Amino acid sequence: MAKPKVGFYWCASCGGCEEAIVDLHEDLLVVAEKIDIVFWPCAMDFKYQDVRDMSENEIDITFINGAIRTEEQEEMANLLREKSKILISFGACSQIGGIPGLANFHDRDSIFQSSYGSTCPSVDNPDFIVPQTKTDVPEGELTLPAFHNTVKSTDQVVEVDYYLPGCSPAPYLTLNAINTLLAGKRPEKGTVLAPVKALCDTCDRKDSKPDKIMLKDIKRVSEVELDPEECLLAQGIICMGPITRSGCTQGGEGRCIKANMPCRGCYGPIPEVQDVGASMISAIASIIGIEGEENMSDEHVEKIMDTVVDPAGTFYRFSLATSYLRRKLNDYAKDNN
Amino acid sequence: MKRIGVFVCHCGVNIKETVDVEKVTVELKKHPDITHIENYMFMCSDPGQNLLKNAIKEKKLDGVVVAACSPTLHESTFRNAVEEAGLNQYQCEIANIREQCSWVHKEMKDATHKAKVIIQTAVAKLKLNESLSAISAPVTRRALVVGGGIAGIQAAIDIADAGYEVVMVEKKPSLGGHMIQLSETFPTLDCSQCILTPKMVQVSKDENVKLHVNSEVEAVEGYIGNFKVKIKQKAQLVNPDLCNLCDDCSDICPVLVPDEHEEGLAWRKSIFIPFPQAIPATFTIDEDSCLGLDPIACGKCKDVCEAEAINYDAKTQIIEEEVGAIIIATGYDLYPEENLAEYGYGKYPDVITSLQFERILSATGPTNGEVRRPSDGKVPKEVAFIHCCGSRDPDRHLSYCSKICCMYSSKHAKLYKHKVPDGQPYNFYIDIRSGGKQYDEFVQQAMEEEELLMIRGKVARIYKENDKMIIHGVDTLSGKGVQLEADMVVLAMGIIPSAGTDEFAQKLKLNTGEDGFMVEAHPKLRPVESIQAGYFLAGTAQGPKDIPETVSQASGAASKALALLSSDEIFHSPIIATVDTDLCSGCGICVATCPYDARELNEAEGVVEVNDILCEGCGACISACPSNACQQKNFTNRQLSEMIKIVAAN
Ligand SMILES: Cc1cc2nc3c(=O)[nH]c(=O)nc-3n(C[C@H](O)[C@H](O)[C@H](O)COP(=O)(O)OP(=O)(O)OC[C@H]3O[C@@H](n4cnc5c(N)ncnc54)[C@H](O)[C@@H]3O)c2cc1C
Ligand code: SF4
Ligand code: SF4
Repeated sequence: MAKPKVGFYWCASCGGCEEAIVDLHEDLLVVAEKIDIVFWPCAMDFKYQDVRDMSENEIDITFINGAIRTEEQEEMANLLREKSKILISFGACSQIGGIPGLANFHDRDSIFQSSYGSTCPSVDNPDFIVPQTKTDVPEGELTLPAFHNTVKSTDQVVEVDYYLPGCSPAPYLTLNAINTLLAGKRPEKGTVLAPVKALCDTCDRKDSKPDKIMLKDIKRVSEVELDPEECLLAQGIICMGPITRSGCTQGGEGRCIKANMPCRGCYGPIPEVQDVGASMISAIASIIGIEGEENMSDEHVEKIMDTVVDPAGTFYRFSLATSYLRRKLNDYAKDNN
Repeated sequence: MKRIGVFVCHCGVNIKETVDVEKVTVELKKHPDITHIENYMFMCSDPGQNLLKNAIKEKKLDGVVVAACSPTLHESTFRNAVEEAGLNQYQCEIANIREQCSWVHKEMKDATHKAKVIIQTAVAKLKLNESLSAISAPVTRRALVVGGGIAGIQAAIDIADAGYEVVMVEKKPSLGGHMIQLSETFPTLDCSQCILTPKMVQVSKDENVKLHVNSEVEAVEGYIGNFKVKIKQKAQLVNPDLCNLCDDCSDICPVLVPDEHEEGLAWRKSIFIPFPQAIPATFTIDEDSCLGLDPIACGKCKDVCEAEAINYDAKTQIIEEEVGAIIIATGYDLYPEENLAEYGYGKYPDVITSLQFERILSATGPTNGEVRRPSDGKVPKEVAFIHCCGSRDPDRHLSYCSKICCMYSSKHAKLYKHKVPDGQPYNFYIDIRSGGKQYDEFVQQAMEEEELLMIRGKVARIYKENDKMIIHGVDTLSGKGVQLEADMVVLAMGIIPSAGTDEFAQKLKLNTGEDGFMVEAHPKLRPVESIQAGYFLAGTAQGPKDIPETVSQASGAASKALALLSSDEIFHSPIIATVDTDLCSGCGICVATCPYDARELNEAEGVVEVNDILCEGCGACISACPSNACQQKNFTNRQLSEMIKIVAAN
């Protein structure tokens, strides 16, 4: 029997998700034995044409990581969808927009302005030449993929079968997913292949939680010496653990938490959560300043709120592109690209 | 799929005038989720309800939306009708197209459109409604009464008379509260002790009443119908069952302290009986001043006690009681005299408080009822009674009127005249507040027949010159300053919640108002209930009031408590919070947000649990839960988002 054909592709990502595949270490060799890698431009020499030449559904499983920022990425996502039986959205950027998605607080013009304009200190570009999709040179026409106005998750562009969350997905989850699929099991379409409950469920610090978590204000990690055993939220740090899927380490104690850093939310929302940022803001607002709130002056409330620095970047760090907000409104609001 | 019927009410012209009910009916007929729709002039009328009931049967409906007035008005009417027709009442939703639509719009076109949207949202919610039934819990059919003043006494008697057990907790050594200190009471001038002591005896003899004096409530756990109460009782150094009131002990006791019952106008010993008719009838040792706790220092009383009632080694006890209802009757205290330094209390012995004057007037008081002033025992020939001491002065003292001071100050003047016929009372008042049966007559009679001199004005300062107290004030009628001499001054101190009310309320999680008094559930319609289920309020703990009002409120609170105790079970709305344990990570965020302490983290399971009976369905936890694990029955996030989608799409 022919080995299942597998493809990997990267869109707007940092490369960490590719690394996460390599992080399978020896297991990668075992897996590689069982599969036939037909496309992995980051690691092997493949051409887009190779994919175009394939027939529909020829690839058994394709992993796409990274968000969709450019025309090229969108085109490849569509192409791979057409050629793949199973498409897996791999990693936070692909699943929920990730860090690139934060660019949705800006738009194409302002990004070009800050990258190619006079405000960018390392660029000498007095004529403000910005990337063009077409440029005529003596040798002919040069093309570049268009830079979209809005960053999207993979599933905002093509249909996705499964998700592997995380920045980046833990190798054991990837291995589980591959083995499950190779064994012919097919979870329900749309399943996120990670534990269902939030990180708090398995967090080592869970038992240190006080009976009632009541915050006076919010602290940044740089402002306090964090107790390595106490619940970070109870220490006044915004930890996204309560809303973020667990699974970032096998056994579950939390990758960042282990390093005495709060969870930032890369594993994305647990099921049923529609908008990570809004839900978490609502949660934090519910427990902050709760003691004596009846007699709290507006100024006091204001002061407490000011202790939340960069709320957009904190609460929507990975999920802006797939939130209800999706992006900052501007003239291009209707321009879905 | 549910078969949903919609009934659009005209409300006479109230709705029909601005909402085209016919158009709504015709257009929503096509709605895929609506099986049946009709409109009617008055849905709440009997024929209207019959329409609904018949349609449920004929069209085999399993859900009903009544588009009518606010659910606060007729939701229960329609839910009952739906139950009568055999459906679960929670399969009936109200679409408010009156208060939220026809009454606030003028344009028929827009209002009609909005009415349609409102109805569609109700349909969307109803589609996902669960059938629910009321939550029940058993009731411990006993009551706790905290405070043994007239309020607590009356409430305890009423509950015991109805055949239920009462646990009574009083922090002092005897029942009686402030009323036992009063001389004669307005407006009828009957002797306070004469009317109170029979009730105290009744309490002490009633087998249904278990009395704990020298005790305070330490903690309350549980919820309406099922409270577990911890009561802390001071060490019983004198065994009340053995004490035979021979009084040998107080004769020999070497320690003298100011007598609280006499408001400091007399002394008592460290071993004492607060007053002759005290209930329970026993001597008590005041631990704070007794020397005998150190046997080397004293121990005299123990030696003389033939009944062997004294045991210095007795320890503080924690008594546990289970009750279903709790009545708060913790009473009042006087506004601290020290706060009115300009009146010279403490500096001049002949400036006294109103309660001290009650003791002076009392036949059992320090002067055996003769009016004599504290400094030299002379009979004062001119006495000034200053109303509103601390009351009605929002900038410096209490903002509220203490309600009873005009009455008791008039009473004081009157009783003074009875005892010192050639004496002259002066009453300084802001204005006379004498609302109440026979109250104004009482004041008028005092003014006319007792020659009391009423001066409308505020007193600025009181000081002593030679043998006289000089009172400086303004007569606000003439606008002129007044200066008056008197032999004694009585300050009608304002009424404040009894000492410790704040901590007590916090311990029991009861609400107090800005003024510190216990807050009732509704100022007009639920005046004797606390907002916290299972707690009832009686007497001055809730606000200043006189004896008749205290007694009525106490009986009111008792009857509310009795209503609770009279059944084996209590029922509670099933619209409460739930936790989906498959989603709850035990993050604990919700726990602190619950104002009713209905949520608790089950450490073993790592998930939060809701106490169904305590949950009032306020929803605070639901917006806090980041996991969406926490949902309110029939107000799930899914239902709400379906409703919002309809509004947003239209
Ligand atoms: C000078 C003066 C004259 C008055 N004259 C009249 C009059 O002529 N006619 C009239 O109708 N009214 C009169 N009143 C009003 C009357 O005193 C009150 O209406 C009445 O006493 C209120 O009773 P109560 O039970 O609410 O409070 P209280 O009498 O204060 O009783 C409260 C009881 O609760 C106890 N207690 C407090 N806290 C706790 C606790 N945490 N745990 C356990 N026990 C606790 C206290 O020790 C006390 O025994 C007068 C008031 C004053 C000040
Ligand atoms: S709905 Fe309100 S009362 Fe019920 S558990 Fe939640 S916070 Fe507590
Ligand atoms: S907030 Fe939600 S997830 Fe957290 S403990 Fe409460 S119910 Fe569970």
